[in-house]
Amino acid sequence: MSSVTGAKRQRRYAMTVDTRLCVGCKACVLACKAENAVPDGLCRDWVVEETRGEFPALSMEIRSERCNHCTEAPCVANCPTGASHVNEGGAVLVTHYKCSGCKACIAACPYEARFVHPDGYVDKCTFCLHRVKKGGQPACVSICPTATLTFGDANDPASAVSSQLASRRSKVLHPESGADPNLHFLL
Amino acid sequence: MTTTRRDFIRIGGTGFGAAAVGTGITTKWWGLDGDRVHDPGTEGDRVVPTFCELCFWKCGVLAHVKGERVTKIVGNPEHPLSRGRLCPRGTGGVGLLYDPDRLKKPLLRRSPKRGEQKFEEVSWKEALDFTASKMDDIRQKHGPETLALFSHGNGGSFFKTLMAAYGSSTISAPSYAQCRGPREVGFDLTFGSVLGSPEILDIENTRVLTLIGSHLGENMHNTQVQDMARMIGKGGELVVVDPRFSIAAGKARYWLPIKPGTDIALLLAWIKVILDEDLFDREYVAKYATGLDELRKHVEGKTPEWAFTETTIAPNVIVETARFIAGARPASLVHPGRHAVWYGDDTQRSRAIAILDALLGSWGRRGGIFVPSTLAVPKVHVPDYPAAKTANDKPGGKAYPFAYEILSDGLCNASIPASPSENPAVRGWLVYGSNLPMTLPQPKVVVEAAQHLDLLCAIDVLPAEITGFADVVLPECTYLERWEDLGPFGWREPFVALRQPVVPPMFDSKPGWWMAKELANRLGLGDFFPYEDAGKMVEERLKAGGHDPEKAKAKGVVLGKKVPVTTEDGLVLSFKTPSGKIELYSQRLAAAGADPLPNYTRPEEPPPGHFRLLFGRSPVHTFARTTNNRFLGTVTSENELWLAAKAAKEQGLENGEAVVLVNQDGVRSQPVRLKVTQRIRPDCVYTVHGFGHTSKGLRFARNRGMDDQRLITRVKIDPIAGTTGMSVNFVRIEKAEPADLVGAVGSIAPAGSVAAAAGAAAGSGHGGEA
Repeated sequence: MSSVTGAKRQRRYAMTVDTRLCVGCKACVLACKAENAVPDGLCRDWVVEETRGEFPALSMEIRSERCNHCTEAPCVANCPTGASHVNEGGAVLVTHYKCSGCKACIAACPYEARFVHPDGYVDKCTFCLHRVKKGGQPACVSICPTATLTFGDANDPASAVSSQLASRRSKVLHPESGADPNLHFLL
Repeated sequence: MTTTRRDFIRIGGTGFGAAAVGTGITTKWWGLDGDRVHDPGTEGDRVVPTFCELCFWKCGVLAHVKGERVTKIVGNPEHPLSRGRLCPRGTGGVGLLYDPDRLKKPLLRRSPKRGEQKFEEVSWKEALDFTASKMDDIRQKHGPETLALFSHGNGGSFFKTLMAAYGSSTISAPSYAQCRGPREVGFDLTFGSVLGSPEILDIENTRVLTLIGSHLGENMHNTQVQDMARMIGKGGELVVVDPRFSIAAGKARYWLPIKPGTDIALLLAWIKVILDEDLFDREYVAKYATGLDELRKHVEGKTPEWAFTETTIAPNVIVETARFIAGARPASLVHPGRHAVWYGDDTQRSRAIAILDALLGSWGRRGGIFVPSTLAVPKVHVPDYPAAKTANDKPGGKAYPFAYEILSDGLCNASIPASPSENPAVRGWLVYGSNLPMTLPQPKVVVEAAQHLDLLCAIDVLPAEITGFADVVLPECTYLERWEDLGPFGWREPFVALRQPVVPPMFDSKPGWWMAKELANRLGLGDFFPYEDAGKMVEERLKAGGHDPEKAKAKGVVLGKKVPVTTEDGLVLSFKTPSGKIELYSQRLAAAGADPLPNYTRPEEPPPGHFRLLFGRSPVHTFARTTNNRFLGTVTSENELWLAAKAAKEQGLENGEAVVLVNQDGVRSQPVRLKVTQRIRPDCVYTVHGFGHTSKGLRFARNRGMDDQRLITRVKIDPIAGTTGMSVNFVRIEKAEPADLVGAVGSIAPAGSVAAAAGAAAGSGHGGEA
């Protein structure tokens, strides 16, 4: 897999999901839909509830999931048109008009984070870069009633995500993919 | 913006690229131009603060408006209940505003029988003239008290004013007898004060939070869930008592999968351990409480071993959790619950919780129950109201001496003549935002009562089931299109909030205040609405209170000065009970011939092959009110029936298949998808309430999921509060037959049907839950 690290890699945007706090209410999903005018029946983020064990010895993990904005993003490497690209802070975006809708990225994504927008291009979470560039937070982070989600620059040791990742146990999904994801689940 | 430009030039490579974009000639030339960040353009040209109506927590929101369209709704950071964050429903206000099924014109019934849903669109004049003349008839012929108002939500205040002016205090809300009633009565008997809504719980500072069946996180009361998360973040712990492995149970140090109906046994055993081991707040109890000796005596024999046989919770677990709970006092809170109408002994269960909280010293303490502060704003001056009368089921009446609100189900019964020759006590209903057939138990009684009325006027935003039974339907605009009276709250910090229009009313819908005022004018009661419009009234009130109306409108909220709300802040505790103390032993109950201390009664066992039917909430919906909201429906559009894996195996049932429930009285449910899970005891089933609408007008929610309400043919009336225990019904499960599935919409719709396609379209775009 070819490296997709570009010259712009000074900031490294990352998100943490505190699974201890998340109640799986899906406020994140709906806030994203409203902010990004995601068409009916489609979502850019979603919630997974995983129960383990047998009654009554049970445990549960709840995860608000979305595009992992991978450092070694397979979708970018596999995009024939250059639509999927690395933008500011390492955020992986799709430039709509460059996308031919070939779905190579959908096949390559280990997280099933992508879908075809009714307008013909492939769509997914953007880390709300349009808000972040204006100094805001992604819509899901802003709305979350339990403050489960934290967004920031993992290359800045003073950021909240950095201190969480330094001090808490965490995991990523599909580490075996080698994609080096930037969505971290605090345990 | 400079960053954007610099990045753009670097990727584009040259000044030529920039110029080319400027002229628009080569913008589609791959690779030569930059990868600009797409802005979805949902940020409003203007942002209007108001407060939410998707549930009744009343969180402050900011509505973004572009042109005339509301693009998105976010939390108002200035508002103490939302603190800038919202539950999923809050965002979904847009789905209500733009619901294509909204009531658009006033309707008059044009069928001989009520409930046939045959209406004619009429002018406002005709609809209001009709309603006022019927109200006048009722007043003249039967007396004003025979007109009842069912009301839910902040907007009901104008109709309450109308009723007071008209001379009737026959006003009821299902939020008492079908929800919080027994909790309020139980806490009032003990502490001399109710908890209200939002509950006055300092969960943010709690160290151990014990939930008795409360499913916080699924029950998505914003501030309370925010506080629970803050508590967990600070290292606080949960003890969850629930037959179901709820979301909260998944976060708990202890999950006690209790046998349904046996909570009082557990609570008594906990009280015993805490007393026997001297773990209670001795100083607090000595200073503030009475009846400790009686309590000690009362719990003799209520050992953990005794409780085990009732609850199925092991004795050592009972002892360990009692110690754990007491170890965190006074910042240890046994949550009083909210929807508390379960088994008919609900006031006594609430009393047991209140007693436990008293032993932990949590009333008036940080991390416990705080004493709220309010911001008083003068009301507009109106003439003296006439001496109001009420129909039966009055608060404090003979039957239920401690009921402090009129029973909604009682009003239904009072609308049906006891014999053909007798006049019913209630002749007419105004129904404001209360969908009675999906709110009250025994919906058949509602349907029958409706047939006997002289007037049924429904005021609603959507064609809810109740509107189908109305003589006249008055279409209200949504909360985003109307002024309402100030929302006053008791909270940690005193405040009032404004509900103000974000956009003008759509269609021919009108705000509730206008309807009430117009009806008052027609009935000669116009003096009770001494204002041109509700916005002016709110301005007047704010000015009279010394607040700047313009500033209030811009912020959406007026904050008062903080005062102590716990003893740690300097609050001096007092209790408005007859003794002036916390009444562990209740003289009032004893005087009324009820148990002065809570007793446990063993619940009925399900008949063979049956399960106890339990119901709860989804974080995405507010009962049946929001299930037609297509925006919210994107993530949750139908309910499921939870059944223990063990029980499913015995019954030969598979996960995901369509089933039908049949209750002990032979009532069949709509078909529902089965969720086979480890997360529930095998002696009960669980579903989310509010699905399975039948109203033709609710084109999204109709026949989608199952309505549990129709299975609640039996209730157990709480002898103290008069409230209706509803978790007393038993069901067996059958595989759905093809005939059951005709017309079903959603995931269980027959393959290939139009309904199936509609169901698929409504599903989440992503694979979702594992």
